[in-house]
Amino acid sequence: MNSDELLRRKSFIELGARERARAVLDAGSMRELIGPFERFVSPWLAQQGVVTQADDGVVVAKGRIDGQPAVVLAIEGAFQGGSLGEVGGAKIAGALELAAEDNRRGVPTRAVILFETGGVRLQEANLGLAAIAEIHSAIVDLRRYQPVIGITAGTVGCFGGMSIAAGLCSYLIVTREARLGLNGPAVIEQEAGIEEYDSRDRPFIWSVTGGEQRYRSKLADAWLEDDVEAIRDSVRGLLRQGLPARHLSDRHEAFLACLAQLDAAEQARPDAIRARYQKGL
Amino acid sequence: MERITLEFPAAQPARGRALCGVVGSGDLEVLLEPAAAGLTTVSITTSVQGMRRVWEAVLARILGAAPLPATNIEINDFGATPGVVRMRIEQAFEELNAGEGTTR
Repeated sequence: MNSDELLRRKSFIELGARERARAVLDAGSMRELIGPFERFVSPWLAQQGVVTQADDGVVVAKGRIDGQPAVVLAIEGAFQGGSLGEVGGAKIAGALELAAEDNRRGVPTRAVILFETGGVRLQEANLGLAAIAEIHSAIVDLRRYQPVIGITAGTVGCFGGMSIAAGLCSYLIVTREARLGLNGPAVIEQEAGIEEYDSRDRPFIWSVTGGEQRYRSKLADAWLEDDVEAIRDSVRGLLRQGLPARHLSDRHEAFLACLAQLDAAEQARPDAIRARYQKGL
Repeated sequence: MERITLEFPAAQPARGRALCGVVGSGDLEVLLEPAAAGLTTVSITTSVQGMRRVWEAVLARILGAAPLPATNIEINDFGATPGVVRMRIEQAFEELNAGEGTTR
């Protein structure tokens, strides 16, 4: 890419959660629900001496995509690592449940979730985990009617219980800057040892859990440049495709069969993992 | 964490409300809402202890110079420097004036 292209491009990653939601929806159609001025903040953070954010780091945006009703759920990665607590989790789960209810009443509301999250908010422990479980159920309910699209743009990525939510989506869009994984790099290093997994080795981390690797390993449906137009177009293209013949999460047996063939005694290399998934799926 | 409340003289009530910033490292969130004419109240929650005099001085410079519209200002701070505080508050007032607070 030359510098002209770089300057012309409008970065998605540089936008905050609210602006990302606005960028995904049709221009001028966004209306925020349970917004920051209603001040549904975390009741648990302040008790532990942590400053709250007025929207608890989650933006619920109703609007239209391609003229059809849509809801975008955007997680703000800069607030507490995009962690999901009781309030933010309930905002996402509730919005997805209402979208499914819309569909049962004949209104074809679709959902887009912007995953920028380390997973559960440790300060809210089980309440966050329960909320994430509700999000999982709500995605599985809604995707019976309409595609649920996940986007992990970066740079936080998508980890923990929310990586399972990403895996439940009908389609997942990633960028080169994204990362997707159940455990974050520091946790894996702690468990596996630094010789096997050095969390500070950024090229290595992205080569194993980065957007391109996840796309080439068939865990993501689109791999894009960090560009607002590219992401907008991709969302619309995937929605026009309608529901996939089989959801990724319904094909778990094929993925498990690929994993079973890996030799755990050998250091896993990104190209070997890719080749294994590409052959088996 | 520390909570600080400050008051400043102000002009007529602000029209509309505005939000900017994020409670992320070195940044802060500013929420502006209309208040009754004559008084602006700033409610600060900050992750940094013992900076009350700095907040007083910074806000006196921003809100004490010329009378701005009367607002209730909520600040949720995560270690922003005075320069960032000033830019965020001015950004929020600009959005108020442009009639396009970030939560339309």
